[in-house]
Amino acid sequence: MNKPIQPNSFRTGPDEQGMFGIFGGRFVAETLMPLILELQRHWEEARNDPQFKAELDALSTFYAGRPSKLYFAEGLTRHLGGAKVYFKREDLNHTGSHKINNCLGQILLAKRMGKKRIIAETGAGQHGVASATVAARFDLPCVVYMGATDVERQKPNVFRMKLLGAEVKPVSAGHGTLKDAMNEALRDWVTNVEDTYYLIGTAAGPHPYPEMVRDFQSVIGTEARAQILEQEGRLPDAIIAAVGGGSNAIGLFHPFLDDKDVRIIGVEAGGRGLEGIEHCASMNAGRPGVLHGNRTYLLQNEDGQILDGHSISAGLDYPGVGPEHSWLRDTGRVEYVPILDDEALDAFKLTTRVEGIIPALESAHAIAQVVKLAPTMDKDQIIVVNLSGRGDKDVHTVAGMMGMEI
Amino acid sequence: MTDTRIDRRMAKLKAEGRPALVTYFMGGDPNYDTSLKVMKALPKAGADIIELGMPFSDPMADGQAIQAAGLRALKGGQTLARTLEMARDFRKEDNETPIVLMGYYNPIYIYGVDRFLTDAKQAGIDGLIVVDLPPEMDNELCVPALNAGINFIRLATPTTDDKRLPKVLENTSGFVYYVSMTGITGSALADTAKVSDAVKRIKAHTDLPVCVGFGVKTAEQARTIGASADGVVVGTAIVNAIANVLGPNGEQTADPAESVATLVNGLAQGVRAARLETA
Repeated sequence: MNKPIQPNSFRTGPDEQGMFGIFGGRFVAETLMPLILELQRHWEEARNDPQFKAELDALSTFYAGRPSKLYFAEGLTRHLGGAKVYFKREDLNHTGSHKINNCLGQILLAKRMGKKRIIAETGAGQHGVASATVAARFDLPCVVYMGATDVERQKPNVFRMKLLGAEVKPVSAGHGTLKDAMNEALRDWVTNVEDTYYLIGTAAGPHPYPEMVRDFQSVIGTEARAQILEQEGRLPDAIIAAVGGGSNAIGLFHPFLDDKDVRIIGVEAGGRGLEGIEHCASMNAGRPGVLHGNRTYLLQNEDGQILDGHSISAGLDYPGVGPEHSWLRDTGRVEYVPILDDEALDAFKLTTRVEGIIPALESAHAIAQVVKLAPTMDKDQIIVVNLSGRGDKDVHTVAGMMGMEI
Repeated sequence: MTDTRIDRRMAKLKAEGRPALVTYFMGGDPNYDTSLKVMKALPKAGADIIELGMPFSDPMADGQAIQAAGLRALKGGQTLARTLEMARDFRKEDNETPIVLMGYYNPIYIYGVDRFLTDAKQAGIDGLIVVDLPPEMDNELCVPALNAGINFIRLATPTTDDKRLPKVLENTSGFVYYVSMTGITGSALADTAKVSDAVKRIKAHTDLPVCVGFGVKTAEQARTIGASADGVVVGTAIVNAIANVLGPNGEQTADPAESVATLVNGLAQGVRAARLETA
């Protein structure tokens, strides 16, 4: 793969066609195309409307609890004996993860467009819960598509969605994970195109979703950048986040992309190792292809058939990744590394014991990379890691892995 | 105006004063040999144009019947290369019936667009329908296909309004495929009066033939839709005619080619009756 030319700024994408280099675009059926153009028009208007921003800011503050804290993880720092580790506490948001940032923005847009029904896909259930939450708050019916495998391993979140009034539709096609849920959500959208708003949970899909979701999630990085400057008087040496579709990661990374001295690391799900297909490391072991409306790195065979990956973390169990990450990978601005299931599980247990914080298994992947990196750095160096969600939803999975019953 | 088997066939049918019967089946379902037999049976049973489905693991615009057919084909070892081989095998006996490849972009992208177009042309392919390539992405495959002498058949849908229609029609050739409803393949047929209005609306913008698909399953529906459209596309019903003679473990309880031929015979009578009453 040829390296694209290094741009003057990494923060100007996408172009008018929704491309980040060769990645992104609008690969959708004609039925959806007029709607996607309409969405883009409304989004352009909304993002330039002070009233939209004011409404979103108020909800973020009083409903979601922003700004989230930047917490010096002293216990973990001491344990690792190297760089100072800070957690960006997205786990403290309402609904327990970063997903609410995007859902609040998109539900306001859906209302603005006069849509009467919300659909969403979910993997771990975090986005499903956040979607069901904002749908309840704004009194719109909500249908959440969720792979049957994920329904099984994320029972607490399924129940939460139902309590919030959403209808959870299990999808048994494929391996019954996030990819299959997204296919089914797209089929619903194409069928109910007139009145339905598709609330995509990650920075992927057809343009303008990758850009729009990134912008709603960039509040993470914008806050973190200001907070570390205030608390430490300088920028961090490294920032780290887990990448499934990649919305928490792009949200943290984007405001730092032009800070050349900040090393940026995205962590992919290495599953049981990259040798076979039991992982979800599309940027480490896949190649560019077209799925779900965009061109991006995908796990696929030599015939272009998409493969089902594997991760202990339902939120990372997706064979693709947001297109901007693919571009950041090829330009070399961001490093993407895999973390194995076992490494994530160790980081999960470690964080729980030394910090008294139970991280989501997704976030535990990012912390596992901190565990590797921090000891190799000096004590006056700084790492900021995105603690994208809390791990209460994962205790059943972890208990299972530890051979315990709860 | 291009000059492909599709153009010639459409011109001939127009002269005969009847709509075309366009038949879709999934290449390689449930295996290569059976599927080739199905393909060969189609024109003999009265199909005018063949849509040869290219299986894809994630068919976002398809209902359960075609999803399942694609999975059966992939399980049976079908690949894009094998689908092209099937067209080549078919052409040994039939050099007249137009073949349109239908599917999704990723397998073509991975095969390589230039290599694909060369091999498709050589295999006797006349047109392409690629569901996830709207006009906004024309440089990916549509323009190269036209340059290679292969029709790129665009889908127009109920959401394609008059403002957008010219953009959709701009690089379309062969025929326009009107999707009768907002939905996935295999859904129930839309209100036929609405479909007829939509066909008129599109024909006001183009001289190309307009074929209607999505939801057409019976000879009676083919006759009704064919009264106003230049062609009627049937897909899910044909795929079901194969699935219906497969047992739970994929064993054939009857001959799939015969099952398909019986259905297509009826549909062919439907399109041949389409203009009789209105004439």
